[in-house]
Amino acid sequence: MFYRENGQFKTSYVSDTQIFPILQDRWFVAALLAVAFVAIPLLGSDYLLRALLIPFLILSLAALGLNVLVGYCGQISLGTGAFMAVGAYAAFNLMVRISGLPLLVALVLAGLIAAVIGMVFGLPSLRIRGLYLAVATLAAQFFADWVFSHVPWLTNGSSSGSVTAPNLQVFGLAIDTPVRKYLFCLAILCVLALAVKNLVRGRKGREWMATRDMDVAASVIGISPVRAKLSAFAVSSFITGIAGALWAFVHLGSWEPAAFNIDVSLKLLFMIIIGGLGSVMGSFFGAAFIVLLPIFLNQLPGLLGIPASTSLISHLEFMTFGVLIVVFLIAEPHGLAALWNTAKNKLRLWPFPH
Amino acid sequence: MNALHKTALAALVGLTLAATLPVNPAAAADKEQFFPVLVYRTGPYGPNGVPWANGYVDYLKMINARDGGINGVKITWEECETAYATDRGVECYERLKSKGPTGATVVQPLSTGVTFALTEKAPKDKIPLITAGYGRSESADGAVFKWNFPLLGTYWTAADIIMQDITKREGGADKLKGKTIALVYHDSPYGKEPIAMLEMRSKLQGFKFIKLPVTHPGVEQKATWLQVRRERPDYVLLWGWGVMNATALKEAIATAYPLNQMYGVWWSGAEPDVKDVGEAAKGYNALAMQYGAGIGKVQQDILKYVYDKNQGTGPRDMVGQVLYNRGMYSAILAVEGVRRAQEQYGKKPMTGEQVRWGLENLNLNEAALKRLGIEGQLRPLRTTCEDHMGSSWARMQTWDGSKWVMHDTWYQADMQIIKPMVRDAAARYAKEHNITPRDCAKEMTSGS
Repeated sequence: MFYRENGQFKTSYVSDTQIFPILQDRWFVAALLAVAFVAIPLLGSDYLLRALLIPFLILSLAALGLNVLVGYCGQISLGTGAFMAVGAYAAFNLMVRISGLPLLVALVLAGLIAAVIGMVFGLPSLRIRGLYLAVATLAAQFFADWVFSHVPWLTNGSSSGSVTAPNLQVFGLAIDTPVRKYLFCLAILCVLALAVKNLVRGRKGREWMATRDMDVAASVIGISPVRAKLSAFAVSSFITGIAGALWAFVHLGSWEPAAFNIDVSLKLLFMIIIGGLGSVMGSFFGAAFIVLLPIFLNQLPGLLGIPASTSLISHLEFMTFGVLIVVFLIAEPHGLAALWNTAKNKLRLWPFPH
Repeated sequence: MNALHKTALAALVGLTLAATLPVNPAAAADKEQFFPVLVYRTGPYGPNGVPWANGYVDYLKMINARDGGINGVKITWEECETAYATDRGVECYERLKSKGPTGATVVQPLSTGVTFALTEKAPKDKIPLITAGYGRSESADGAVFKWNFPLLGTYWTAADIIMQDITKREGGADKLKGKTIALVYHDSPYGKEPIAMLEMRSKLQGFKFIKLPVTHPGVEQKATWLQVRRERPDYVLLWGWGVMNATALKEAIATAYPLNQMYGVWWSGAEPDVKDVGEAAKGYNALAMQYGAGIGKVQQDILKYVYDKNQGTGPRDMVGQVLYNRGMYSAILAVEGVRRAQEQYGKKPMTGEQVRWGLENLNLNEAALKRLGIEGQLRPLRTTCEDHMGSSWARMQTWDGSKWVMHDTWYQADMQIIKPMVRDAAARYAKEHNITPRDCAKEMTSGS
């Protein structure tokens, strides 16, 4: 009734190829952006911003990066945590060693360094694929863990391997309040998400998807697998590197190599599997599922006024979370994004499905 | 609408109704002091986290039941499970920091990793951070770390005291020359804290120092102990937590390493660590944060006012265990911080800022310890603007196969070594963060 495209004619190529071809979608996204950029900073509490939304935004960004590699290019990676760590420590070292370096420049440089490291660890993907590649990228994970805890130069000689983010500012504006931190992360996420969306709709994205679906066929029609795979590794690591730097600088403030251990890599992989492989939207759904749902489940007994011990709540949280993962994967193996699409298609015909 | 949908809808309506019902009676809210309790009762560190949490909460319960609160201000609290993970710890902190009429009183995360993260956040929210026996060692410098209170000792004092005991056993400071000392540590900020201190000592005393990290959670230590077997260090220091401790002891026995040459830090010397190994762990030494297991006057009060009324947080026989007592001391220190602040600002709920003043001007002398019912358990402690640690007393204890036996000698950390290290590290932190250290001499004269 409300969601149908009757009367919306596409009369030019531009209107045919836009990201949101349906008017209602454009309104929805505009409203979402307005809520995210205006309403939430005005109304959101400290807790909402600092404990829920900032981690959600940053991990969405990391999941988006991983989705480029796994979802679009089909290269399974277990080294995301490592690329995040590279981004975080690179940004830290740049800021500490080059005085007066602007934060945004440091972030971009950190992303580029992560991209280079990502390409190096992506080299095995030219020879091996599937689960074997996953094992190879695991090497990146352990290598990063080891390097950052054993090379004092990288942590600026910190005795416990834990480093602290310097004071953050952009164009002379200090990023110190939760609202500013939130807006900073949101802005970066929007820019990068738009870039990824356009990349995957363009030539590069088609190369990735062709490689993912069948690399032999892709090379027969003139796509260089080397370039497709390495560019996916580079773009993916660039984004996860920036996400890592944000996670360290904006969210944690002070971190040790363990903040980017194998758990992070697995968590991100789960995010995109549950959210939807090969879908920009899915990265957000997955991050919300993995980041926000456990916290919500943990607080649910308290909100309902059910007295329960801390350990019981915690165990219930694990169990419910596990059950929900299984339920969602059975209900929709292609992830929450596919569920979302199905709902949208149904809505187009609702309430007269025939 | 079919039956399933109806049930789902009914459930949803029910949930919403339940959620809107008032849960907290807000009547007496203005006379309350809120304590956030960050704990871990699950996961690989749960066995050690549970007694600490029970001791902490039981003491708060006892103060409410026996004294009706702190000078009439009732204590409220809420637990939050961190699972010893930094991100969950930060989330818990954010969740609880503004509850209660005056916000969170003090935060005690019982995790060095979480402490590092909160050290950046707490000053902005004006909430003091007590890290009794853990946390950042350089935060003992109150001029730079205004909001951190590593009361009763840090890992630098702990490492120093263990080395003092080893030196004494060897018979002199120069006797350690040429010996090898290994540190088997949890590869996290917690385990890495003592390294700086031990490197300093190895330079001073000329022993060879080797570092053997164990990755979280510490159930896999074969490679580490293979190295011990190869290097045959004269002493092994253990800086473990949770399941890592028991595993290390089992591996040491499997490697046939003499346990009486093994020294644990105070977090590696409690019942859960040796219980499973039992008789075989005989001779293992560990540091005790002043007092080990036992029941004194305050524990009897807890049994009387809390457990006799079936209000106990955990099983009754956990009262008086090593980590239970330590959780209780942590609560005592927090409550005394509030009490001290009330002397200055009036007998009403204190804000974080006021409690910070209280903690900085804490003076627990013999009389105060007697009043608290912990005479013979803790030694006097006094904090100042410069010294946020208060005291560094500790003793050694040895596991005799069924219980911990306390040694008689009391040690205090060698401040000649530690003070300059704390000062340097704190100065570096201040420089990185553009903090101007407070002038403590000036605050002393103008504050009182």
